[in-house]
Amino acid sequence: MREDEEDDVAMLEVKDLHVTVDGREILKGLDLTVNKGEIHAIMGPNGSGKSTLAHVLAGKDQYEVTGGSVTFEGVDLLALEPDERAAKGLFLAFQYPLEIPGVTTMNFLRTAINAQRKKRHELELTAPEFIKKVREASAKLGVDQEMLRRPVNVGFSGGEKKRNEILQMALLEPKLGVLDETDSGLDIDALKIVADGVNRLRSAERSMIVITHYQRLLNHIVPDIVHVLSRGRIVRTGGKELALELEAKGYAGYQDEAA
Amino acid sequence: MTELRPIKTAAETALAEAFASAKARLPGDREVAARREAAFRRFEADGLPSRRTEEWKYTDLRALMRDAKPLAVPPAARALQPQALGDALPGIAALNVAIVNGVYAPGWSDAGAGDPGVTITELFAWLAEHTDFRLDRAVPEPVDLALALNSAFMTGGAVVHVRKGARVDRPIHLACRFVGDSPAAMYPRTLVFVEPGAQVTLIETCDGPAGLDYQINGALALVVGDGAQVERIKIGNEGAKALHIETIMASIGARASYREFAFTSGSAVTRNQLFLRCSGEGSNVRIAGANLLKDRQHVDSTLVVDHAAGGCESREVFKSVLEDESRAVFQGKIVVRPQAQKTDGKMMTQALLLSEKAEADNKPELEIFADDVQCGHGATAGRLDENLLFYLRARGIPAKEAEALLIQAFVGEAIDGIGHEGVRDMLNGRVAAWLEARG
Repeated sequence: MREDEEDDVAMLEVKDLHVTVDGREILKGLDLTVNKGEIHAIMGPNGSGKSTLAHVLAGKDQYEVTGGSVTFEGVDLLALEPDERAAKGLFLAFQYPLEIPGVTTMNFLRTAINAQRKKRHELELTAPEFIKKVREASAKLGVDQEMLRRPVNVGFSGGEKKRNEILQMALLEPKLGVLDETDSGLDIDALKIVADGVNRLRSAERSMIVITHYQRLLNHIVPDIVHVLSRGRIVRTGGKELALELEAKGYAGYQDEAA
Repeated sequence: MTELRPIKTAAETALAEAFASAKARLPGDREVAARREAAFRRFEADGLPSRRTEEWKYTDLRALMRDAKPLAVPPAARALQPQALGDALPGIAALNVAIVNGVYAPGWSDAGAGDPGVTITELFAWLAEHTDFRLDRAVPEPVDLALALNSAFMTGGAVVHVRKGARVDRPIHLACRFVGDSPAAMYPRTLVFVEPGAQVTLIETCDGPAGLDYQINGALALVVGDGAQVERIKIGNEGAKALHIETIMASIGARASYREFAFTSGSAVTRNQLFLRCSGEGSNVRIAGANLLKDRQHVDSTLVVDHAAGGCESREVFKSVLEDESRAVFQGKIVVRPQAQKTDGKMMTQALLLSEKAEADNKPELEIFADDVQCGHGATAGRLDENLLFYLRARGIPAKEAEALLIQAFVGEAIDGIGHEGVRDMLNGRVAAWLEARG
């Protein structure tokens, strides 16, 4: 084994992934390699399998992997429970963040952070440490302290929910963030706030997969690599200019191509 | 054609024998004795309520009560250890009123050193001085077979009197205990009179040995005067084999506020039945409960809220968390009399089924005779939301912990309605401990 092997291992390596939902094959041999520090955009028409990919990476039950492999820093991701994946550094920003009545955002955040730290054999945060961290992160995102005392996402606007997702990502400090249509339902102001939040989290150590239907998010979060997903496969890969091309021409060509 | 009568069960036969042998020595004067006799005849005519009795349809006492235990023997004074009560309400300074083995236990109580606004008297001593007292005039007294048994056997109890306008700082703690080595039966009765304008919190705790199948059939009459503010919290923590029945009869005065919360995690079978009448205009009533059940535990919350005066608001919120083969029954009836215009009544019950074999039965009923009212009811029963669980797990929270967080939140919504902060914290702690034990 070579000493520098760790540097060669991709952050995420998806090989020939086949996924079935309710007996229907959605992903049909997807390949994707994301290296440390890279931002990948995955674009595609509705029903191409974008959200399925996001959920299968995070470990949702109803998605059956029928073939292929996914490794995360060389570890078999598919063998792990969703909470183990999170503790290893995978974060999924939900397209539709859920409301949790009766659980305050503060309690939720503290439970999540400390559960991950415990799993990684790190010391749990003390109350003052935690509060300081949350204050700093929420101030940057313009998240109101009052909102943190309310039950998670209950009565939040679409923009507030998405901001809350990014706040969670900022606090959980994942190695790989998967943003599932984070732009959906956002007006331009909310989109900017969320994109700025994401951009602040960019680093040479952190990778991201930005899943989106529209190019406009990519004006704000500029990707290194753009993939087109169609009918369960990556059909084209290019630089950030590919997003602009898609915006101009639409997905029609890809749907035909895959048919 | 002859009338078909079910043969007597072993429990019914034992109850008849117990009454015959005990009636001469049960406390009370001749008038009390006559009322005991009449009550027992009423019970005997129908026997233990079963599925055929509409009000007891889901709690078939004929099947659930296999036998009748002998009447509990009052414990010797030296067996009473006051510190045993202290554990029930950690951190809460309360005025203790102990009912041990079905009788008032002054040795465990704080009657003398109590609050100047509160008087506590032994039940039969009080009845002897108030020969004109009629239960059915003070509170709604239902025709009910369990209550009839309590009226026949009444072993003892306390009478709590809160003076007009008194603000009682310390909660009054009605501590119901069974101490004994073999199964026994108790029929305590407590009367609580809260005079107009008074403010008081009543906390009732029920406890007993885990390994004994003892039986408690209690009754509580509560008169809340005009403008009074009363909160009653019951914490049912009976031993795992116990049978617990309590009938509460309450009359709520004009512009009064009454809040009730019943928490049950103990006993094999519990039936809490509340008969409440809004007697004066403009009162506010909140009745809530939470049950945390496992194994084959059975808890029945039955209530009748009778709006006899206009402009009153009543709210009911019940939550049950059901593991294994446990069962929660909710029967709620709102009655709105013709004169009770501007009534606002709403009921909500929710059950969380954590196992395939758990069961929740809901029977809401509305009987509305006035035309300018707002009444409604709702019920839900289901499992933990898979999508919510996934959301929590995707944030790194392990499955069991995620479940516990959601269950705590579910029950917490009901517990948050409790006014007394100390009890609220304590019950949230109980829920956490229950979840911890669930593993």
